[in-house]
This record gives sequence, C-alpha cells and structure tokens, in this order.
Amino acid sequence: MTASSDVGYHAQRHARWHYGEAAFWLIVLACGFLFPTRYLIMTDILRLALFTMSLDLILGYAGIVSLGHAAFFGVGAYAAGLLALHGIINEPVLALIVAGLAAMVLGFATSFLVIRGVDLTRLMVTLGIALLLEALAERFSNITGGTDGLQGIEMQPIFGEIPFDMFGKAGFFYSLAVLFVLFLLARRVVHSPFGLSLRAIKNNPLRAAAIGIPVNRRLIAIYTLAAFYAGIAGALFTQTTAIASLDVFAFERSADLMLVLVIGGTGYLYGGLIGAVVFRMLQELFSTITPQYWQFWIGLVLVVIVLVGRQRLHRWVLYVPNLVIKQVAGRKAVVAVPESDA
Amino acid sequence: MTAILTNLFDGVAYGMLLFVLACGLAVTLGLMNFVNLAHGAFAMAGGYVCMVLVNRMGWPFFAALPLAFVSSAAIGIALERTLYRHLYTRSHLDQVLFTIGLTFMSVAAVDYIQGSSRVFINLPAALQGQFDVFGVGIGRYRLMIIVICGLLTIGLQMVLAKTRFGSRLRAAVDDPRAASGLGINVPQVFAFTFAFGCGLAGLGGALSAEILGLDPYFPLKFMIYFLIVVTVGGSSSITGPFLASLLLGIGDVAGKYYVPKMGPFVIYTMMIVILIWRPNGLFGRTAAR
Repeated sequence: MTASSDVGYHAQRHARWHYGEAAFWLIVLACGFLFPTRYLIMTDILRLALFTMSLDLILGYAGIVSLGHAAFFGVGAYAAGLLALHGIINEPVLALIVAGLAAMVLGFATSFLVIRGVDLTRLMVTLGIALLLEALAERFSNITGGTDGLQGIEMQPIFGEIPFDMFGKAGFFYSLAVLFVLFLLARRVVHSPFGLSLRAIKNNPLRAAAIGIPVNRRLIAIYTLAAFYAGIAGALFTQTTAIASLDVFAFERSADLMLVLVIGGTGYLYGGLIGAVVFRMLQELFSTITPQYWQFWIGLVLVVIVLVGRQRLHRWVLYVPNLVIKQVAGRKAVVAVPESDA
Repeated sequence: MTAILTNLFDGVAYGMLLFVLACGLAVTLGLMNFVNLAHGAFAMAGGYVCMVLVNRMGWPFFAALPLAFVSSAAIGIALERTLYRHLYTRSHLDQVLFTIGLTFMSVAAVDYIQGSSRVFINLPAALQGQFDVFGVGIGRYRLMIIVICGLLTIGLQMVLAKTRFGSRLRAAVDDPRAASGLGINVPQVFAFTFAFGCGLAGLGGALSAEILGLDPYFPLKFMIYFLIVVTVGGSSSITGPFLASLLLGIGDVAGKYYVPKMGPFVIYTMMIVILIWRPNGLFGRTAAR
C-alpha cells in the first residue's frame, strides 16, 4: 500500500461513525429522561460543551491559542437577549442563528488581527478584544443594561409550538438538539479535506504553505466558524436562562473554557463534551466542600494537569478502555488519543 | 494648566509603579520567552507581606518594603526551582494554563487568609498629603514612588549594562546554547533573574497598595496592564518597557480624568493597534524570536 492511499484510508476510517459514538449520544439523550430534576445543570453542561467545541475547533485543530473566546460568547448572548427583549425576532431558533451570525461577523473582522503574529501576540490580541468588548458593554449601559445586565427577557415558544417551561425541560432538549446539529456540522468539517489541511497548518504552518495550503485563508475560515459556534453557545445561554450580564465577557470565562478543553483533551470533538461534564462535576464537588474557595482547587487541577503532562494523563485515562477494546474486538483501540500540540 | 501638570505628575508616578511591577515580567516573557500570567500574584504577595508587617506587627513602612522584596523573591525562587523550570521548553499553551492555574490558586488562597475586601497599609505621616510647587499639587507619596522607582530603574540599567552579571544575562538571553558553551551557567542566571523580577514585583505590590488598591483579585485585574507594558515595550532592553509604562501610566491617568466614560477603552484599543502595527512591540527587535 502506498503512503498516500494509506493516509486516505486512515482519514476515511476515522471519519466513519463508530458504535461508541452512537452509544455516547444515546446516553446523553437518556440522561434527559433519567434525571428530570436536573435539567438546569444538564443544560448548563450542554452549553459549555458547545462553547468548548468552538474553542477546540481553533485550538485543537488549527492551533490558535485564544484567551478571549468569551468575546464571541458575549456577543451571541447579548444579541439573543436584545433580539428577544425588543421583540425584533421572537422565534428562538431564528434568533439563535442571527445571534450566531452576529458573533461570526465579529469573528471574521477580528480574524485578520489574530492570524498575524505568533502565539504571544495572539494571546494578547484575543484577550484585548474580549476586554474591549467588556468595556464597551459597560460604556453603553443604556443598551446593555450595564452591570445589572439585560432584564425581563421573555422567550417565545420554539417554532411557536413548544414553550420554555420553568423546569428547563424544553431548554434542555432544545440545547441538546442544537448541540447535536452543530456537532454533526463540526464533525463533517474536521474530517473534510479542509479539516485535514488545518491539522497540517497546526503541525507546521511553513510546510503547509509549501504544499500549497492557503494558510491565512484557512485560519480565517476556521476562526470565523468557531466564532459562530461560540455565538450560538452564548445565545443559548441567554435563551435558557433569560439573563445576559457583563460577566459573559469575563476573563474567567475564557480561562475556565481553556481548562474544560484541557480536561477533555484537545484535537478531538468529544474532548469538549467530556471536559464539560467533568468540569461541572468538579465544580459542583469543590463548591460543596468549600463554597467560596472552589477556584483554588480548579487552579490546582490546572497546575497538576500541566505538570503531569496532558498526553500522559490521557494515556492513563484511556488505558483501561483501550485494553477492553483490544480484548473484545481483537483490534487496535478506536478511542481517539488527542494529538500533542507542542 | 496646573491641572495638566498635576495629572502628568500622577501619570508619571503611576507609570513608574507599573514599570517596577512589570519589569520582572519583561525578563521572563520577553527574554526567557515564558508566558507568566501569574506575575501579578508575586506582586500581591509582596503587598500583603508589607501590609501584615506594618499594620499588624507595627514595623515602620520603609523597613517593611525591603522585606516585601525579599519574601516575593523567595517565593519566586522556590517556585522557579520546583515548578517553573520544567515548563521552559513546553508549549505556550501549557505555560498559559499552568500560570492561570497558579493565579487562581493565589487569588483563592489570599481570599481565604486575608478576606476579600481591599486592604490599606498605614502610611507614616510624612508620606501623607501633598504640597504645592508653583501651584502644582504634588502628592508626597507619589513623589516618593517616583524617587524610588527612578533610582531602581537607573540601578537596573547600570547592572545590565556595566556588570559581569548583566553581560552574562544578555548573553544567556541572546543565545542560550552559545552562552552555556562559554561556561555561563544559564539556568542559574535565569533563576536568579526570575527571583529578582519577582522581588521587584513584590516591592511594586507593596508600593501600589495605596494607588492601585490591593485585594485578592489584584493579579487578575492588573495582569493585562503588565502584559501591555511588556508587549508594547518589547524586550530588547529595559528602556522599552520603561517608556511603555510611562506612556501607559500617563495615558491611563489622563484618560480617566478627561474622558472618564471611555474608561479602559482607550488603553485596550491602543494596545491592539500597536500590536497589529508592530507585533514585536514599539521598541522591540524586528526579528521574531
């Protein structure tokens, strides 16, 4: 087998749906029916998962380090809030898409700033953009409600049929549907030739350019797409909680997001989903132990993860599942091990 | 006219303070290429040490300042030897995650030990109030900051330019491999510089309690300011960050005075524009590291 067909074979094999993935989504769906009292936290996890998937698209696949991803989340959140508050677009799904597009426009505009320069400049520019938007939102408090946030948002029924109930049941299934649809899209994107070219850029931009990949155009495209995803996540936040306040832009949100992605693992789409679940569980655990100081333990988790090494950690976690798969199926494990991003 | 001069004076004091706070970061970030977002935590540690010594144990303010330096430097060298040095060769992402983790830990730890409210350091009477020079109001405390920071800056420049250690550091930064080939103990030089930078941050933290305000969220609130100083100032010398801090200080004070509604907007915009225009900083080298 020649090298090129080998690469193609592997790429195709990875792109195929596995039983494990179907099982994963069935379990998520089942959770919706099994724990009817926990809709609020589960919705929160789904939202976070979507937001993390957005960061994974640029960090895990394209290697763009961002400290200000909350900027797009915030724009989406405020866009959805304003649309609903002033009754411009009452239908939630349509408003969701419009909010996502608003974030996408911002993502496209700022992508030109972000693709310039090295890691450090990118960190600073992304962080600066998020802070700038926070300052703007505070400045124009007549539109955004300032520190009080947007209040009195009332969501209309989804498609004019399904109203949001106070237990969050509709919100949960709505979020799940949105997450699943966007996951399918992301899955399609990352397994396409476009997605493979992103990985090439991440591994070595110079070489990628040398084999004819338009590096800057690809980075702009994925950054814009990621901004769309983050905007949708922000809009979901507003629609399911009916609030939007200044903290949607907060630095802590971007920093937590990094942690979520790192817990789950970068460079494969399930990383964000798993990370979101683990992160929220950890957060719940820590805040029951020490309500005020849970941030300390979150910080400790980050430090330990980095010191142990992310790859090593994932190898440990996946050791048992891989062993089982090897024994049962008699072939190499299919559980994706996240790539390094050194 | 006098209002402008007073503002200018305050801005210079603020900028000098920022320089002392951030110049340690200029070394780690600019020279050693290590993204240390936890730099503010060392400053906070110095500030709190000074606060405890002065307010609780009755030390004189000027005796507590050197101790703020020493304690932050000690924490710095302990962390450098145990944790930081493993991360010099890692990716920027790892460094960012690690130092954000440290920052979160320091915020929560200080909150736990000292409470979350803002603390003040009791100043000696000689440093309070202000006096007039030709109608320009000069705050005594700010004048002291300018004197201390000015002397420090000159001292640093002399050390870097004239001493053997300074030339070793410059050699180690320019080309670590060649430097170690010449018998310079590069890790030791870096460790010492790191500790010294942390100490300066601690001193800055102690001095800034009066002006910037000291509370457990200090490292998060001022992280962006330190980063601006370093990225805008570049890393080829300490003159770059020094000028950048003065610019930032004067700009911030003037911005808050003349266009209070725009708030930090001016600064962030300036930073983004400068970074886009010159990714290596205003006074930086042109070659990317």
